[in-house]
Amino acid sequence: MSASAIKAPNRRSARPRFSPARLGVYALLVSAAVFFLLPLYVMVTTSLKPMDEIRLGQLFAFPLHPTFAPWIEAWSTACTGLECRGIQVGFWNSVKIAVPSTIASIFLGALNGYALSFWRVKWAAPLFGVLMFGAFVPYQVMMYPLVRTLATVGLFGTLPGIVLIHTVFGMPVMTLLFRNYYASVPVELFKAARIDGGGFWRIFLQLMLPMSLPIIAVAVIMQMTNIWNDFLLGLVFAGRENLPMTVQLNNVINTTTGERLYNVNMASTILTSLLPLTVYLISGRWFVRGIAAGAVKG
Amino acid sequence: MSNVTIENLDIRLSGVSIISQLNLSVQSGEFLVLLGPSGCGKSTLLHSIAGLIDVSDGRLEIGGTDVTWADPKDRGIGMVFQSYALYPTMTVEKNLSFGPRIAGVAKAEIARRVERAASMLHLTELLGRKPAQLSGGQRQRVAIGRALVREAGVFLFDEPLSNLDAKLRSELRRELKQLHQQLGATMIYVTHDQVEAMTLATRIAVMKAGQIQQIDTPAAVYARPVNMFVAGFLGAPSMNFIEGRIECVNGAAHFVSPTLLLDVSSYPFANPPQNNLPSVLGVRPEHITLAPPGTDRAGHATVSLVEPMGANQVVWLDAQGVSLAVDADAQFVAPPDRKIAFAIAPAQVSLFDLQSQMRL
Amino acid sequence: MARPKAARRPRAAAAQIALLPMALTVLGVYIGTVLWSIRISFSSSRIFPKNDFVGLAQYERLFQTERWIVSLNHIVIFGVLFIAACLVLGFVLAVFLDQRVRGENALRTAFLYPYAMSFVATGLVWQWMLNPGLGIQAAVRNLGFPDFQFDWIVSQDMVIYTLVIAAVWQASGLVMAVLLAALRGVDESLWNAARIDGVPRWRYYLSVVLPQLGPAFGTAFVLLAVGVVKVYDVVVAMTQGGPGNASEVPAKFIMDNLFTRANVGLASAASTVMLLTVLALLLPWWYGRSVQARRAAHA
Repeated sequence: MSASAIKAPNRRSARPRFSPARLGVYALLVSAAVFFLLPLYVMVTTSLKPMDEIRLGQLFAFPLHPTFAPWIEAWSTACTGLECRGIQVGFWNSVKIAVPSTIASIFLGALNGYALSFWRVKWAAPLFGVLMFGAFVPYQVMMYPLVRTLATVGLFGTLPGIVLIHTVFGMPVMTLLFRNYYASVPVELFKAARIDGGGFWRIFLQLMLPMSLPIIAVAVIMQMTNIWNDFLLGLVFAGRENLPMTVQLNNVINTTTGERLYNVNMASTILTSLLPLTVYLISGRWFVRGIAAGAVKG
Repeated sequence: MSNVTIENLDIRLSGVSIISQLNLSVQSGEFLVLLGPSGCGKSTLLHSIAGLIDVSDGRLEIGGTDVTWADPKDRGIGMVFQSYALYPTMTVEKNLSFGPRIAGVAKAEIARRVERAASMLHLTELLGRKPAQLSGGQRQRVAIGRALVREAGVFLFDEPLSNLDAKLRSELRRELKQLHQQLGATMIYVTHDQVEAMTLATRIAVMKAGQIQQIDTPAAVYARPVNMFVAGFLGAPSMNFIEGRIECVNGAAHFVSPTLLLDVSSYPFANPPQNNLPSVLGVRPEHITLAPPGTDRAGHATVSLVEPMGANQVVWLDAQGVSLAVDADAQFVAPPDRKIAFAIAPAQVSLFDLQSQMRL
Repeated sequence: MARPKAARRPRAAAAQIALLPMALTVLGVYIGTVLWSIRISFSSSRIFPKNDFVGLAQYERLFQTERWIVSLNHIVIFGVLFIAACLVLGFVLAVFLDQRVRGENALRTAFLYPYAMSFVATGLVWQWMLNPGLGIQAAVRNLGFPDFQFDWIVSQDMVIYTLVIAAVWQASGLVMAVLLAALRGVDESLWNAARIDGVPRWRYYLSVVLPQLGPAFGTAFVLLAVGVVKVYDVVVAMTQGGPGNASEVPAKFIMDNLFTRANVGLASAASTVMLLTVLALLLPWWYGRSVQARRAAHA
């Protein structure tokens, strides 16, 4: 053994808790947090300020005379194009779109994942491959033919039409999600169910679906968030009576004439983001799991 | 090779005292095994020798140098982890040379050390491979090679065989023993497996709850365990324990229990025993002999279960409610429910105080 | 848990029926519409589709349209900056969060919440913050820096960078989440081995951890890249492609030509180009993944 292997030890006592390196880590993380939280802060404070405070140009100042008037106006009287009934119209539209779309896309995704994992269908594998590729295809490529097709069947600009669109576009990710989940379910369970006399539907509805609650939770979070936040599909396919909140929001802010009411704008933005943000805050870890499952927005 | 001296070591983690006032002296070139159940502190002790955990109090010397507060890299140690911890994206050659490269050792010197370690460990053909392409034994050798390249004085092993299946485990165990003989290195090895401890160690330190219960050669720890914990931990099947009392009459001592009566006058008591001292007789399965019933022997029992092992068999006896395991020859016929006699050689037993569990 | 080979799974008519929606979707929507779009791109359709065949005329026209070329420039600038910034910021945040800091959950929540917001909301908030007269520029000036300039959003040269800022704000949290999950998968004892080897922490992250994150970076890159090609909502909300055409992007070009300007043939040509770009990005990634999978199966 060479003597050089043991060097003279550093004359230090216990490692200091708050070394410069550690402080640096916290400094960077806190600065990043400020960068990320700043827009939220600005959004909230602007929405609570009366217009004369906003005109002062003190973006970061705390509201001196906070008021909920902009929120009320945003909800009930803001002008979203021709109507001035506020963004509540969009809220209910978004609900009407998101709930059925979520249910339908999750059901189909689970069904596909189940059939692909446990049953033999000769033509399924290549089609699944194309479906996976489909998740990456930009909507614009498929837009015009879809418009024409839906118009021909009379579903263009209707609620069932937009729900169908969301279901179709949600299929790749949902199928992948459930297929991966079912791949980790022991196949012995399925075999035991078959021995017990279960057929395709019975095993699916009475065994697999109830077992899938964790992944269904993830799927609900993903779909609700993605569908609620969607803009392009709603703009094209929903029809004037069913425009989702995101489209209405854009109308409120970018298509008004006269003086722009920034506090109302920000209040509208918050109201539109309230549902997905709440879902995010509540679901936390499940949300991240959805991302890890390969979810991609837009 | 370096020796290791530990004095009055205290380690507290999150306010809980894991090790307290531990003293240990490891000779240069010896293979010391820290043996104990989960949570006894053996891994903590090893990690503190490595410098990965800070000690709360005490002194640690490696090769005569005080390294109590030294960085791991300055202690002249090498460590083999349970997962081997080889850098997965680097070749074997890069894995071996990474440490010296960081330390700024000259390229020629690095090459010399790598080549020397590789030839000692038969890794020369594998230098260009990545860890994923190596077998378990090859990975173990690369992990040891890392320590060799750093010219470590002490090699530390943290349960390196625990993740492996039984066959691979015994293969690598033998390789390790051969390596120790070949290198003559000081090795400190942590395990919960008493077979590994018995086969590899020059000395075993049995640990429980942060304290070293006994430290001695494998033979000594096996034959003369210092308390019931050590006695029960080593040996499989483990030592049989029979409760009773010691009667001292006219300078003769007898162990008296419902199960058997044994003359223990020749037992090497540390101190003369009190009369009627409640005690426990410990006897290993291989030190009980069986005989047909009716023979004049120490005790009688009924066979409750037989486990054939091929070369021998383990016969489980029910002796007045006490269960005894006997390591018997395969030829001996002992079907269940057969009445049987058994004998115990007094020279092979261990006697323990019932209350303190310490050896008498 | 190994899946039984496809041949050993049971057959059932019900399974075939159940998969019909998937089959219809794939054939009708994903394959059918794409083929149809490509077909239109070879025609001279304007408002209504025409059945004629004009070869690559629409494509030639496309690449002579200034607005399209400009949008391509923008998407490249935006794409490169956006992806680079997200990967770097996401990696740095993930590494720093991996240091067992207090308040890790709160910090992670703060970094990731923007991803839960719609692109429209993001665009609108940043549009407000970057408002020269009442936003950041005004606020800093009021704090006593009268010459402070931050009117990028109305500047033809700088507006594209405002889009980058808003998009990075939204998406770095995603990259961070993906990389953090991968970081947590790194063998913990590797750091101990590195300490014994005398490797400083930054070098450990660079030489030992980073190489292992290859697949995670690949995934993050592809997710971001595909998002770049599709970027639409945030542009519409934040700048409407302006000032002028200074923040025009391909997706918006296509939408405008499909609906507002009724140039269906041209728009279809543009979407086909978009599709080919996505393919070009995806194929190397898929190929790399399948090679890796094959290697793992044979190992």
